[in-house]
Amino acid sequence: MSISNPTQSARTQKRLRNPLHSKRMRGIMGAIIVHLVLLTGLVFILMPLAWSISTSLKEPGAVFTYPPEWIPRPVVWRNYIDAWTVLPFFRYLWNTTMITTFSIVGRLLACSLAAFAFSRLRWPGRDVLFFMMLSTMMLPSQVTLIPTFILFRKLGWVNTFLPLIIPKFFAEPFFTFLMRQFFMTIPIQMDEAARIDGCTNFSIFSKIIMPLSKPVFIAVAIFVFNANWNDFFAPLIYLHDSDKFTLALGLRAFQGQFGTEWNLMMAASNLVLLPVVLLFFFAQKYFMQGVVITGLKG
Amino acid sequence: MNSRRATGRRSRLMFREHIDGWIFALPWLLGFAIWTLGPMIASLIFAFTDYDMVTPPRWIGMGNLRELIRDPLIVHSLKVTTLYAVASVPLNICLGLILAMLLNSKIRGLRWYRTGYYLPSVLSGVAAALLWRWIFSPDFGLFNLVLSWFGIKGPAWLADERWALPALVIMSLWGVGGGMIIYLAGLQGIPTELYEAAEVDGAGLLAKTFHVTIPMMSPVIFYQLVMGVIGSLQVFTQGYIITAGGPHNATLFYMLHLYRNAFEYFRMGYASVMAWVLFFYILILTLFVFKSSAAWVYYEGQLRGGR
Repeated sequence: MSISNPTQSARTQKRLRNPLHSKRMRGIMGAIIVHLVLLTGLVFILMPLAWSISTSLKEPGAVFTYPPEWIPRPVVWRNYIDAWTVLPFFRYLWNTTMITTFSIVGRLLACSLAAFAFSRLRWPGRDVLFFMMLSTMMLPSQVTLIPTFILFRKLGWVNTFLPLIIPKFFAEPFFTFLMRQFFMTIPIQMDEAARIDGCTNFSIFSKIIMPLSKPVFIAVAIFVFNANWNDFFAPLIYLHDSDKFTLALGLRAFQGQFGTEWNLMMAASNLVLLPVVLLFFFAQKYFMQGVVITGLKG
Repeated sequence: MNSRRATGRRSRLMFREHIDGWIFALPWLLGFAIWTLGPMIASLIFAFTDYDMVTPPRWIGMGNLRELIRDPLIVHSLKVTTLYAVASVPLNICLGLILAMLLNSKIRGLRWYRTGYYLPSVLSGVAAALLWRWIFSPDFGLFNLVLSWFGIKGPAWLADERWALPALVIMSLWGVGGGMIIYLAGLQGIPTELYEAAEVDGAGLLAKTFHVTIPMMSPVIFYQLVMGVIGSLQVFTQGYIITAGGPHNATLFYMLHLYRNAFEYFRMGYASVMAWVLFFYILILTLFVFKSSAAWVYYEGQLRGGR
C-alpha cells in the first residue's frame, strides 16, 4: 500500500498545488459554467417577450428604426389604451371569460365524477371502459371534427357559444386520467369507514375525495383555462359575427386591419398574454403538480 | 340471523356501488358516445359522399379517395407536416433534456431558471404567433438582429420558400420548457444509488449520462416522442396565422389544407377522407415508434421482476 505509483503521486501533488485542480474548485468552476449556459439560454428565450414589450411602447415611426432600440423614446403608454379602444376589446374579453369559466366548471365536474368511478368504485366493466378511454386519447380530433360541426349546424348552434361550452360538460380522457391518478393516492380505507357510517357514494365523493383533492382540481382548472384562453381553432370555425369573437379571433382580425401598426398589435397581444403570465406566476406550484401527477407515477 | 342481515346489507351495498359506478362514469360514457363514437361513424359515412352542407349528401363511393390520390397538395402537405415533425420533435426532446439535466443540479436560483424557461411554453396561440411573425420580419425583426451580432446576414425567413418552415421549427423551440418540466420530474425519480454505483466504477459525467440518465429516462423520452409526433402532425395555428401556408405552399400543413377544404370550400366529404388519412398516417407513425421502442426503451420493472 505504501509503495504508490511514482507518476501518480507526482500528478496528485501537482493537482494539489494547482488550485484549479482541487475538487472544490472544480465544483465551483462547474457551477459557473452551468450558470453561464443557463443565463445565456434564458436571455434568448425571454428576449421575444422583452422585444414585444419594447415594441408595444414605441411610436409608430420608431418601430422600424434599425438597428432597433430596446428602450423606447418616448415611452408611449397610450398604445395600450389605443389597442384596447380601437377594437371592442372589452366585448372580446367578456366573451372569452364566459367561455373559459363555463369550460372550467364543466371539465372539473364531469372529469372528477368519471375519475371517481374509475378509481374508487368497483363495478363490472370498469377496467374495460377505462382502457377504452385511454385508447381514445390517441385519436386525433380531426376525425370527429366535421360530423361534430355538422351536428352543431343542424342544431342551429353555430355562431353561438354553445359549441364551445356544452362539450366541456362531458369528461375528457386526459383530465379524467389525471384526476384518477390523484384519487388513487387517497387511502381507500377512508371510503370503507364512511360506508360503514352509512355514507352514500355521492357524499364520499363530495365530503372526502373533493376536499382532499384540491391540488388536482386546481391543476386541471389551470390547464383548462390555458387551453381555452389560447384556443383559436374552435372559435374560428364556430363564431362568425365579430361581436361574438374571442380575444384570439379579435387579435387575428386586428392583424388584418392594422397589419402595419406593430406597436398597437404588440400592445394588444401583450394584453391577451397578461392574464396567462399572471396566472402562471401565482399558480406555478400547481402547474408543476399537474406534471408530477401525469409524470407516470403508476 | 345477524350475520345474514349483514351479508344482505353487504350485497345491497355492492349492488349500489355497481349502479353508482355507471352513474358516475356517465359524463364520460355519454361524451364518448356523442363526441367520439357517433362522429367517427358519421365521418366514415361522409367520407363516401359529396356534401356541401347546403344540398343533401350524395353518395359517390370511392370518388373522394380517387380525387385525394390525384390531389398533389395532399402529398405535398403531408411532406411539409412530416418535415416539421421530424425537425421539431427531436430538437425539442434533445434541448428539453439537456436543459432539464442542467436544472437538476444543485445551483442557486434554480426556481428562477425553471420559471423563466417554462413561461414561454404556456404562451401559445394567436398572440404568440403574431409576436413571432414580427420577430422573423427580415428587415426589422429581432431574429436577424441577433444573427447580425454574430456577423450573419439572416434570410427573409417567412417570405423565403426555403426558410419559412425552418422558421416555424425555430419558433416551436420556444415551447421547450413544457418538455423540460416533464423531464425534470423524471430525473428526480432516478435513484441516486445508481449514480453512486457508477461513480465507484469510475464513470465520468458523460458515462453517467449515457449509461444511467438516458436509459432511466427512456420511458419519459418515449412518452414525449409519441406525444410530440401526434401533436406536431396536427399543427395548424402557426401555418394559418403566420404564413397562411405560404410562400408557395412551403408551410401548407396538412391541417391547414383540411381546414380550407372543409370550411372554405365546404367539401365536407372530401375533408372527412382527409381526416381519416391523417388518422391512419398518425397511427402508422405511432406504431412505428412503439415498435422501435422495444429496442431502446428501458422499463425497470421488466428486468427486475422478470417478464
